[in-house]
Amino acid sequence: MTTTVEKPSHDAPSGGKAPLVELKNVGKTYGNITALKDICLRVHAGEVTGILGDNGAGKSTLIKIISGLHQQTEGDLLVDGESTRFSSPADALSKGIATVYQNLAVVPLMPVWRNFFLGQEIRKKSFPFSLDANAMRATTLTELSKMGIELPDVDAPIGSLSGGQRQCVAIARAVFFGARVLILDEPTAALGVKQSGVVLKYITAAKEAGFGVVFITHNPHHAHMVGDHFVLLNRGRQKLDCAYDDITLDRLTQEMAGGDELEALTHELGRKV
Amino acid sequence: MTTQADLEVADHKVVRDERVKERNRLQRLLIRPEMGAGIGAIGIFVFFLVVAPPFREANSLATVLYASSTIGIMACGVAVLMIGGEFDLSAGVAVTFSSLAASMLAYNLHLNLWVGAALALVLALGVGFLNGFLVMKTKIPSFLITLSSFFMLAGINLAVTKLVAGQVATQSVGDMSGFASAQKVFASSFDVFGVSIRVTVVWWLVFTAVATWVLFKTKIGNWIFAVGGDADSARAVGVPVTKVKIGLFMFVGFCAWFVGMHLLFAFNTVQSGQGIGNEFFYIIAAVIGGCLLTGGYGTAVGAAIGAFIFGMTNQGIVYAGWDPDWFKFFLGAMLLFAVIANNAFRNYAAKK
Repeated sequence: MTTTVEKPSHDAPSGGKAPLVELKNVGKTYGNITALKDICLRVHAGEVTGILGDNGAGKSTLIKIISGLHQQTEGDLLVDGESTRFSSPADALSKGIATVYQNLAVVPLMPVWRNFFLGQEIRKKSFPFSLDANAMRATTLTELSKMGIELPDVDAPIGSLSGGQRQCVAIARAVFFGARVLILDEPTAALGVKQSGVVLKYITAAKEAGFGVVFITHNPHHAHMVGDHFVLLNRGRQKLDCAYDDITLDRLTQEMAGGDELEALTHELGRKV
Repeated sequence: MTTQADLEVADHKVVRDERVKERNRLQRLLIRPEMGAGIGAIGIFVFFLVVAPPFREANSLATVLYASSTIGIMACGVAVLMIGGEFDLSAGVAVTFSSLAASMLAYNLHLNLWVGAALALVLALGVGFLNGFLVMKTKIPSFLITLSSFFMLAGINLAVTKLVAGQVATQSVGDMSGFASAQKVFASSFDVFGVSIRVTVVWWLVFTAVATWVLFKTKIGNWIFAVGGDADSARAVGVPVTKVKIGLFMFVGFCAWFVGMHLLFAFNTVQSGQGIGNEFFYIIAAVIGGCLLTGGYGTAVGAAIGAFIFGMTNQGIVYAGWDPDWFKFFLGAMLLFAVIANNAFRNYAAKK
């Protein structure tokens, strides 16, 4: 079935530096179910690694491992070249790995600035150490405008923003609080074309600012637009691992589309030729 | 505003953000959770001024404020808990539980009443902790957990009182040590321009002010809104959800203890069966005040206004000379009206 899957190991141009995050033959089993097996990927600073896969391919499990929510059962997870094991999301965060989940971890009824600083509030330096609301408002405004989002009112509940803007607020928050690696869990899945554009622009901006970005998606078009490096997952296995220059959008789409057994077989045969 | 927008559209030069429109001042005011309750309170106040002549006297206002304050202190705790996304149906009997505990512990162990009060505080906080702990650990809705603790506390109140005191009320603590000073704190009154005001009114305002400050100006307050609005998101950004929620249940316990102490030092004895049904008044006050039943939205000021509406209606019906049996009907009607009005206000303000 999938035993013959070829695992090409491309080393993306990295300028000799150790990747921010590297996975070596990582696997994860839940009891007797193998969710992931032999996953290898690297996330370099200033690069977008696109992780593609259909539903159930293991994308969620993979990001849960990188973000510290779960632990791999085999293989190595390296941060800055050092083998690590995250015990919690906070642990991953302290190493600069921030995850922006699909639900964005925002509280819809709360104002934008309160969401931005939730859990990391700024307090005044003197008694009674109340919240420094104005500093947080101003910071939120500037941080968002840095990324090209102009909000007229950071006091608006975040639920009143569009999906794309909310996504960007969540990413801006991760960036502001010291993330080096951003893991974006299907940031464009629920968005329209225009709003996806906003998010994709933002991803490019983050990449150019030197962040390592892991971009999880099931849309090859979006992945190809911003990605430097692609990893394709299928049923818990790594089906593809190649750099931007080595693959065309058509090819990527084709690889993605391999839903049924026959097509997958065709692709495998086609690749071996 | 509309004309300006029209002009801009006509010129094809709309440069503002197309998704988030700026709200004007009136809408900002209307979107405040306590707005509906505020308008309602003024309406009811004017209504009773018109239909009930005795209501116009300053002494009546003091009585109304007193009735509001005992509900209001609890409503404050219940509202903050509701903002945090949880319910406490045991709040009504918890009040009786603390005063019974303080009274019987001090009486039977021959303690100073302050010591009895301190022990009761520990018990009240313990009940709050247990409620919160069970809700967080079992993940069963707080409605069911606190419904259970409501019945358990009600049973304990009756049974233990009968067992210890041999009757359904506790013995008077009026001549015990510490009574005078404790009464000063919990149940005294003072004169303002010849009108006697109960001290609980002051405490009510203090509770409301502190709760408001905590909710809007502190980290903890931010977390309370977050755990009520979306507990999973809050957890994901590092908010200690379990601790916050347990803390909120304990705050309700603290409020219950405070009101319980008031009852004990105002009446010397405690009826073991009282307090049942009051939990609904607290919840009604919070909801009339604009707290969202699903959490994450509301204010302590709103709950205070809700309690004031409660006090006005409670006393106003008597002053108007109507059959007090109608009180509950009015309360229910007002709750219904308030819920619909709050909802309409919120939708109106959010859409504009």
